[in-house]
Amino acid sequence: MEEIYAKFVSQKISKTRWRPVPPGSLQTVETFATGSWDNEENYVSLWSIGDFGNLDSDGGFEGDHQLLCDIRHHGDVMDLQFFDQERIVAASSTGCVTVFLHHPNNQTLSVSQQWTRAHYHTGPGSPSCSSAPCTGVVCSNPEIVTVGEDGRINLFRADHKEAIRTIDNADSSTLHAVTFLRTPEILTVNSIGQLKIWDFRQQGNEPSQILSLTGDRVPLHCVDRHPNQQHVVATGGQDGMLSIWDVRQGTMPVSLLKAHEAEMWEVHFHPSNPDHLFTCSEDGSLWHWDACTDVPEKSSLFHQGGRNSTFLSHSISNQANVHQSLISSWLITDPAKDRIEITSLLPNRTLSVNSLDVLGPCLVCGTDAEAIYVTRQLFS
Amino acid sequence: MEELDGEPTVTLIPGVNSQKKQMCFDWGPGEMLVCETSFNKKEKSDMMPGCPFIHIIRKNEDVYSQILRKLFNESHGIFVGLQRIEEELTGKSRKAQLVRVSKNYRSVIRACLEEMHQLAIAGKDPASDRQFSIQVSSLSAMELIWNLCEILFIEVAPAGPLLLHLLDWVQLHVCEVDSLSADVLGSENPSKHERFWNLVTVLVLQGRLDEARQMLSKEANTNPTSAGMCRILGDLMRTMPVLSPGNTQTLTELELKWQHWHEGCERHLQDGTFASSPHLESLCKIMLGDEAALLEQKELLSNWYHFLVTRLLYSHPTVKPMDLHFYAQSSLDLFLGGESSPEPLDNILMAAFEFDIHQVIKECSIALSNWWFVAHLTDLLDHCKLLQSHNLYFGSNMREFLLLEYASGLFAHHSLWQLGVDYFDYCPELGRVSLELHIERIPLSTEQKALKVLRVCEQRQMTEQVRSICKILAMKAVRNNRLGSALSWSIRAKDAAFATLVSDRFLRDYCERGCFSDLDLIDNLGPAMMLSDRLTFLGKYREFHRLYGEKRFVDAASLLLSLMTSQIAPRTFWMTLLTDALPLLEQKQVIFSAEQTYELMRCLEDLTSGRPVRGEPDAQQLQDDDVETTKVEMLRLALARNLARSIVKEGSLEGS
Repeated sequence: MEEIYAKFVSQKISKTRWRPVPPGSLQTVETFATGSWDNEENYVSLWSIGDFGNLDSDGGFEGDHQLLCDIRHHGDVMDLQFFDQERIVAASSTGCVTVFLHHPNNQTLSVSQQWTRAHYHTGPGSPSCSSAPCTGVVCSNPEIVTVGEDGRINLFRADHKEAIRTIDNADSSTLHAVTFLRTPEILTVNSIGQLKIWDFRQQGNEPSQILSLTGDRVPLHCVDRHPNQQHVVATGGQDGMLSIWDVRQGTMPVSLLKAHEAEMWEVHFHPSNPDHLFTCSEDGSLWHWDACTDVPEKSSLFHQGGRNSTFLSHSISNQANVHQSLISSWLITDPAKDRIEITSLLPNRTLSVNSLDVLGPCLVCGTDAEAIYVTRQLFS
Repeated sequence: MEELDGEPTVTLIPGVNSQKKQMCFDWGPGEMLVCETSFNKKEKSDMMPGCPFIHIIRKNEDVYSQILRKLFNESHGIFVGLQRIEEELTGKSRKAQLVRVSKNYRSVIRACLEEMHQLAIAGKDPASDRQFSIQVSSLSAMELIWNLCEILFIEVAPAGPLLLHLLDWVQLHVCEVDSLSADVLGSENPSKHERFWNLVTVLVLQGRLDEARQMLSKEANTNPTSAGMCRILGDLMRTMPVLSPGNTQTLTELELKWQHWHEGCERHLQDGTFASSPHLESLCKIMLGDEAALLEQKELLSNWYHFLVTRLLYSHPTVKPMDLHFYAQSSLDLFLGGESSPEPLDNILMAAFEFDIHQVIKECSIALSNWWFVAHLTDLLDHCKLLQSHNLYFGSNMREFLLLEYASGLFAHHSLWQLGVDYFDYCPELGRVSLELHIERIPLSTEQKALKVLRVCEQRQMTEQVRSICKILAMKAVRNNRLGSALSWSIRAKDAAFATLVSDRFLRDYCERGCFSDLDLIDNLGPAMMLSDRLTFLGKYREFHRLYGEKRFVDAASLLLSLMTSQIAPRTFWMTLLTDALPLLEQKQVIFSAEQTYELMRCLEDLTSGRPVRGEPDAQQLQDDDVETTKVEMLRLALARNLARSIVKEGSLEGS
């Protein structure tokens, strides 16, 4: 990766997200949103990486990202997701979930909808409730699912004032992140190392499946689902480990990969190139995991499988597995094959890298050192 | 008492009337609380309504500037990098690296300076404009001082190259010439521009002789009468011997050549070559280092250090570092000419020319409004091994003292505390205690933030702080009725007492509701269960319920009994356990063996006989006792029946 641009922005960045490109369009990736945390005033901001040398005359060189607009956000931005092209959903440490609307004509952001008390604690004895941070949000138009420190799961619809469905006390510990498995199923990770699958078709407040790390109960902080294979899930934990799960089978991770030295804050499969995975961590590192399956043996299975008898027998005995491994490079658990190539993307270690997002050839990440890094040539 | 270096500044607090009321204050880590007391200053004044506010006084406002935040964040990375420079590196490579670090710091200052300048001229409102221009001048002073220190202390340029560095320094900081040059060259006829000669003079003053020659050739083209003179002066400019970096000539050679050239210039002046053109004559005098001629250009020189460097360039090009302070002092005196007294910046630069590092740092500490500059400069100079001998009579050494001040300032800020951590790390003596004191005061608004603080503490094995943070979070969770979370936090803190407390809450909830909450946690306790007896009991008791639910009655029964006999179960809970045994005793098949039944009976008797005799019971107690007695009676009956059945069963088994 040749060019990575850093810009110091005077606020600690908690989340960075690319604006999705409309499917089938030829538009390139050019806008991303950020959220800040732990400032006296926090903001949700929109940035552009487009070339507009004509717009800014004062030293903004090509490649540098420019602020388009921002808006005050009450509390820390705990999570941020694009709902669609214009709308951004932000989760706040005050337990509030806000939908911001971007007006491209005059470059402003406005609040389009808000659920102020999406997450809250009910204290003992006192009927008054204190707010609880909302830790994660995930969108699948028109639905929005949020999770929080109160162990509650909310299902909202963009056009409804009230929550469609709330699962109180869904988790006894803090829920750290949520993602859609396949509608209407969601996946949550919590602070005692569990992965839970919830099916909104089922009534009651029990998960349909629980998967967990054995013994240690290491908190899980992030989760992402393979874009094409919905059963493959990656999570990152407090000890910096990357776990790959197959939610169809077993209750334990398929593989545990030693990664960062501190909390892994986010993990993302590349949306269109899922053999590539990206992780970032509290230890200030940002890693690119490349599990491209261009191993010579693979192709030989098709072309000369018959000639190599040992290989053939192997392939017969593990036919199911082989078939599967051809599909997903992440589920192969052969430690002898050191196929995953890891590269560190940031030049020197800084404070925590809190968030990252990948789309097409572009990557953006934000740090506690108040810098936003952008690269537009991920695979060059 | 140490002598004061300057008058302390007075801060007026709006709304507080210190004439009438006494004030009180309290120190914070980076701030001060001030309020009016109810004491009157003078007896006679009547009860005046005072100011009802408590004021927070911040020591360093600069921390709160949005643009300076970039400076703090970016320089933090450079600072950490500098600390990791390997000690083994010696000689040239080490010096080169330190110079690079110094340049990095300066470029960060420059970037901030430029941004601040943009804002200052953007002109949103006069008040903030003034604020910005104050900061612009403060930042440019910082860069000026830093650059000079870099040349003198870090680069340690020897005679010869020293002057080239100083020339660069002046060219970088007296930059009006660029706009002047653009102005003049942009006009239709440059040589007729009213400030044409100003430009030529400035170029000569800054030693930019190539550019000056080009200007002269323009003049020669438009003014044929002076063409000859211009050519001669241009030749003098071209032939002035200078030290070029790639050249191998020795200093003595250079000095000889220079002397020769100087004499040539002098001859032209004496011969009156330029007598007909006052402009050219004055230029020639400047090139001869004529002090009077130089001082005539005060306006264009704009400050004494420019005067110094120009003077050195044309009269002592091979000045030795040790002699600098002599020329500097006389230049300052000549330039100010007794009209004005030197300003703080002048004193700082003078101290640098005198190679008095401590004086530089001291003056900077007094003059500048933040600790950023002195802390980073001192640290860098310390890495150049220039400060080792200096120890303060308080705290540790100067580097550490300044870093601690700076880091404490960062901790006082709402969000810059993370930067402060690394600065404390590199203060070997008092850094750790300072960090311990500061980190406990960070408000833990969300678990995410708490985790970051925890990580800081855990990486540094600050067990006491880790315990305290986990406890705070556990307490919060209990208050919010999040027992699962509370238990997790107390397990993480290895806090047995708190785990016991939370376990009791779980058991109480169970007794009230008849079912467990937060099974996902309790079922997965694993080895953490051993943290406290009560937690072990909670885990085991839940296991009993699971066994019972799975209809593994024999296992369930022996687990239940062992909970009591091993004394893990608290006495107060025995009755509940015995009641749980009832359905097992009433099963069709015999579950408790005779021996186990005896044990159960003993437990029951222990419990009932140990009861204290109470005084006059009230109605409620009587009723409670009634229920209790019935329960005990039922248990006794069930136990007796089970004993009979088990004896029969065991006897028949043995008999067969």
